[in-house]
Amino acid sequence: MLEGKKKWKTLLMHMIILPTLLFGVYFFSLAPKSWEGVDEAVVEKIAKEHGREARDPLIDPGSGDLLLFGFLLAGTVGGFAAGYYWRELTKKR
Amino acid sequence: MARILFFTVGALLAATPAFAMHISEGILPLNWALFWSLAILPFLALGVKRLNFLAREDLSLKPLVGLLAAVVFIISCMPIPVPTAGTCSHPCGTGIAAILIGPLVSVVITAVALLIQALFLAHGGLSTMGANTFSMGVVGSLVGWLAFRSVRRMGGSLAVSGFIGGMLADWGTYTATSLILSLGIRGESPLLPLFYKVVLAFIPTQLPLGILEGVITAGMVTLLYKKRPDLLVKMRVITEKELPNHA
Repeated sequence: MLEGKKKWKTLLMHMIILPTLLFGVYFFSLAPKSWEGVDEAVVEKIAKEHGREARDPLIDPGSGDLLLFGFLLAGTVGGFAAGYYWRELTKKR
Repeated sequence: MARILFFTVGALLAATPAFAMHISEGILPLNWALFWSLAILPFLALGVKRLNFLAREDLSLKPLVGLLAAVVFIISCMPIPVPTAGTCSHPCGTGIAAILIGPLVSVVITAVALLIQALFLAHGGLSTMGANTFSMGVVGSLVGWLAFRSVRRMGGSLAVSGFIGGMLADWGTYTATSLILSLGIRGESPLLPLFYKVVLAFIPTQLPLGILEGVITAGMVTLLYKKRPDLLVKMRVITEKELPNHA
């Protein structure tokens, strides 16, 4: 009986969480907003008005967002491992 | 396991390009870039001294400092879209670092995180590293730590103190960034109107994000209190008398 109740609770939770996540992703992807970082929207914009412009970094990683993608991928793998072993980290002593 | 894998792949597919808030390379004139680089040196020296002192007392604090450096690194390059402003920005993470390990060590942590970001992710820049470390590391850490300690002294709970500490660390950082930017780019213009202009431009994004940072900080402190209160005692956030099972 308890097992069945737990299953229903899990199902109900997924029915709420999954559409919310899906809505979140679409809202942030399709919304007609620039979503630029505040470095561009505020810092660089105001600096440009005062005659200062951002330069390329001294060490330019190049290749567009490839490096960021690599970082994201490594973060995903690391995050997966950390997430999986989270219980061990937070076990009560 | 399958569920974690599902959400991981989902998060990876839903990812969008990252944006940072640090002052980019070339924005500050050389004299100001140099000034801020020199201004952080005493704090860095004191931070390293404090870290060595803490490590002499208890060597196991070093891995904790490493863990906090990773937290600050990740949090401070994690872009969060703010629907009220239509822009992206990120929390700082220096509030939680300062609360747990102290403001001086938090400055060292921030400098390391910002150096790696400037070198490998083109976030911020090497010439503006001093300015970014000053706003995020020195001001953010000190404001967050002072706010946390003050609210605790006034009898605030860990959650409330953590919330206020995290929120003010974020807002303090952006106020300092506004001042540093205004000083650097103003030329012959008066300082205060430009400073207000930058602060006002930051508000739609940073006001909600600061509140979010407060929530994250309160959550992290509360979680540690529930799961590993011994760590909070070790880091002198709480005393042994405040342990949950203290008689």
